[in-house]
Amino acid sequence: MSTLAVARAAYREALPAIALSAVGGLLAGVVLSGARGQFGRVDGLLIVLPALLATRGNVYGTLGARVATGLHQGLIEPTLGGESDRLGVLIATALASGLLASAFAAVLATLATVALPGPQAPLTTLAAIAVLSGLLSGLVLGVLVVAVAVVGYRNGRDPDTLVGPVVTTAGDVFGVAFLVVAVRVVLAAEGG
Amino acid sequence: MPTVWRPQPILRATLPLLAVLTAVEIGSGVVLESFEETLLARPSLFVLVPVVIGTAGNLGSVLAARLSSAFHLGRISFAPDDETLAGNAVATVALAVTAFPLIGAGAWVMAVLTGGAGLAPGTVVFVATVSGTGLAVLTVAVTVVATYVAYRLELDPDDVVIPAVTNVCDVLGVVTLYVVVTLAL
Repeated sequence: MSTLAVARAAYREALPAIALSAVGGLLAGVVLSGARGQFGRVDGLLIVLPALLATRGNVYGTLGARVATGLHQGLIEPTLGGESDRLGVLIATALASGLLASAFAAVLATLATVALPGPQAPLTTLAAIAVLSGLLSGLVLGVLVVAVAVVGYRNGRDPDTLVGPVVTTAGDVFGVAFLVVAVRVVLAAEGG
Repeated sequence: MPTVWRPQPILRATLPLLAVLTAVEIGSGVVLESFEETLLARPSLFVLVPVVIGTAGNLGSVLAARLSSAFHLGRISFAPDDETLAGNAVATVALAVTAFPLIGAGAWVMAVLTGGAGLAPGTVVFVATVSGTGLAVLTVAVTVVATYVAYRLELDPDDVVIPAVTNVCDVLGVVTLYVVVTLAL
């Protein structure tokens, strides 16, 4: 194939996924922008934001890849009835690693504010927000990713190509939405 | 490699990389924080943040996945006249040039609908397009270098290159946005 033919094929193949995730990203941006006021109230929230959004992709993208491989190998039954221990183990493991990564991000963000000029981030507030938003978005994303992979597989689609765009799009939207929810809940609980 | 179904081995295999990636992303958070006031004062730029981060990572992961498959199929040589390499690089830049002007326009419209953009539409489209195109060029460079390093070290690019490229491109996305915003405003 010539360079141009390769480029044309690669462009056509990737455009739908890029367009879908761009729409998701814009929606996430609107939710984020609507909550601008919160970023002035919690120091370090903007520092932790990219890490929290990336964790959704890193953790649930991996979950999707594992479920897809399990389906291809016939090790996971393509049903959503809850009778599969393996699906439960995979979702619970993803949730655990997502929560650990979120808490770690809060600790690193606090350390960054200690090293940089400006106010120090409140570690407990930031960690509570990171873990709560990780839990809420993780439950939704875990179930969504498994459902998309299983239903896609049953309908003759390759779950590997479905999961990527779904994780990036839903990860941004739910990641930001539940972050905003978590900020409100944690600030209200602290009497702020 | 046998598939593992118990939590402990999965966590042992994935947590170290996840910790490194989280630390990389904190770097992009520090850059974001450094122009927080500019972002908060101009909602159309704030709307751009997740979509620029996300699209950058996606362009990188699509390119990395394609180069990785070409690598497994023996269709890539890393020579300067390699058509698979050049074609995929051209496609990545073309995708960015298509997507980012629309993303800029979309961000401006969304900001206007939700209470005011804070900037002229032309400025937002300009910022999105210039940062997106610059980012695509950086993405190609990072992905090709990472895939080449994996190839030389005889690592499977699927395991390492895609997560590394996705997260490094997130950081480059924020840095590029910062540079373009600083120059344009």
